[in-house]
Amino acid sequence: MPDTLLFAMEAALNGLTAGIMYALVALGFVLIFKASGIFNFSQGVMALFAALTLVGFQQGQVPFAHLINAIFGTRVHHFGWNLPTLLAIPATVGVMVVFAWAVERFVLRHLVNQKPIILFMATIGLAYFLEGLGDLMWGAEVKRLDVGIPQGMSGAVDDLTFGLFGYGFYMDTLDLYAMVIAALLVAVLVLFSQYTKEGRALRAVADDHQAALSVGISLRFIWVLTWSIAGIVALVAGIMWGAKSGVQFSLSLIALKALPVLILGGFTSIPGAIVGGLIIGVGEKLFDFFMQPIVGGATENWFAYMLALVFLLFRPQGLFGEKIIERV
Amino acid sequence: MLDTQDDGYMTADGRKIGGVAMEMRNITLRFGGVVAIKDISFDIRWGEVRAIIGPNGAGKSSMLNVISGFYHPQEGEVIYKGYKRPRMRPYEVARMGIARTFQNIALFEGMSVLDNIMTGRLNHMSSGFLSQAMWWGKAAREEEENREKVEKIIDFLEIQHIRKTPVARLPYGLKKRVELARALAAEPAILLLDEPMAGMNVEEKEDMCRFVLDVNDEFGTTIVLIEHDMGVVMDLSDRVVVMDYGKKIGDGTPDEVRNDEEVIKAYLGVAHD
Repeated sequence: MPDTLLFAMEAALNGLTAGIMYALVALGFVLIFKASGIFNFSQGVMALFAALTLVGFQQGQVPFAHLINAIFGTRVHHFGWNLPTLLAIPATVGVMVVFAWAVERFVLRHLVNQKPIILFMATIGLAYFLEGLGDLMWGAEVKRLDVGIPQGMSGAVDDLTFGLFGYGFYMDTLDLYAMVIAALLVAVLVLFSQYTKEGRALRAVADDHQAALSVGISLRFIWVLTWSIAGIVALVAGIMWGAKSGVQFSLSLIALKALPVLILGGFTSIPGAIVGGLIIGVGEKLFDFFMQPIVGGATENWFAYMLALVFLLFRPQGLFGEKIIERV
Repeated sequence: MLDTQDDGYMTADGRKIGGVAMEMRNITLRFGGVVAIKDISFDIRWGEVRAIIGPNGAGKSSMLNVISGFYHPQEGEVIYKGYKRPRMRPYEVARMGIARTFQNIALFEGMSVLDNIMTGRLNHMSSGFLSQAMWWGKAAREEEENREKVEKIIDFLEIQHIRKTPVARLPYGLKKRVELARALAAEPAILLLDEPMAGMNVEEKEDMCRFVLDVNDEFGTTIVLIEHDMGVVMDLSDRVVVMDYGKKIGDGTPDEVRNDEEVIKAYLGVAHD
């Protein structure tokens, strides 16, 4: 097999894993958009906040330590124990559920029946609030996140591909885990929405608020539920990205990468988010690989937005989005 | 007028009408300066078919929305099962056994007919969401029982052939029927129908009339309906409330109402001589 083809295959494979990571972030957007028609600008910050909280619990940090010290003149920083990951994760999920409840109670409830743009603006505010809250609670320094997922080159992939092609592909073990976890997460979400009472209520609310009320569904409960699930998805994305490149402010910018994914896949489709993520991931790696000799690289980030722009021109509802039909 | 203090009576066709199920007392509803309902009182008895009629803009739908908790009147009270009902949200009203349909059909367009009707049973499912997620014992049994009930309603309304069809693809008349099925799935004590026959052709209307009567007859469901077609109203209902410009201008059996001067004026206009 010619070397170029092998290299391209390796690039595509790495693109797939990067795509899964994008899809994870996009998934959180889709969940909230489907249930309430809100484009949640704070999804990226939610991932950052979840990761910060997880690290904080793991290391036994005292929340609001700086604030407490400044007010009372104390010098508390750590409780002096480390929470095992298996306990820290449920505790973080708990915090995200409380956050979801607070969002419903203090923001959404007061904005019922407002235009989407107003709700969107509210989520921008929420993003800044949450960013500040995260810093205040856990400090602003870059943190290392270790949840016990092995990192570094995957020997198995290397051996397998070497046996097949005589050339070992490089692949990060973390990315392999991310793929499996993302697949599990999507499977659980689909099962939940198709086969449980709450899932059915969730789909009902997404479809028609008035009709949902008339069959006895509480919109408030469903909103808390949706934001909780989005919080959990944000936690998963935060863990994966945080483990890869540290927990720091830039983590919240992954939300920007989810935008082209959403435009490609459609804002209302869970499979769309996955397929869109994979297309962007593979597309940008391959595009960069083939264009590098001609334009000299660095086209990776450009490609995703360019593709989104093309989609906006020719298929604004995305690959899987609901078709926009205007009745005249 | 009927005496509302008694325990009911038998109709000419031998159905038992019970005591008062719900009473509207001096309801006034305003939207800003517009008075949609003005000081209206009437009652609904267990087991009867109660119609609300009136010209366009009379406030009929507003009245139905007050009963189902979508609107909250500024004045007056709703007495349900003998107790004054506190201000409730629509989903809380639904959980008290009051189901409804809408004038402009409100179905879950993206879901199948079966799924739509299953949402009507949400309040009859009690197993918590972890056991549901895990599909363990109780949840599975519950899902089965609820499916059985839903299948019965599907048979009853003769919509077996469209069970798996997404609602968005159905013609108007069938959508109305699916909406009725979803409301019935909740096994309501009181069923509110907002113009169930609007926009239907004669054959569809006849079907719908038959279903409404059968529901009342077989399940003993109390039915409150709004309808424009006078023929339909007179055939279906036991008692009729007539509204005009937000006020009640008549209340009684179809025959009483038909011969009421005020009602004739509202419907046919007054001769200018």
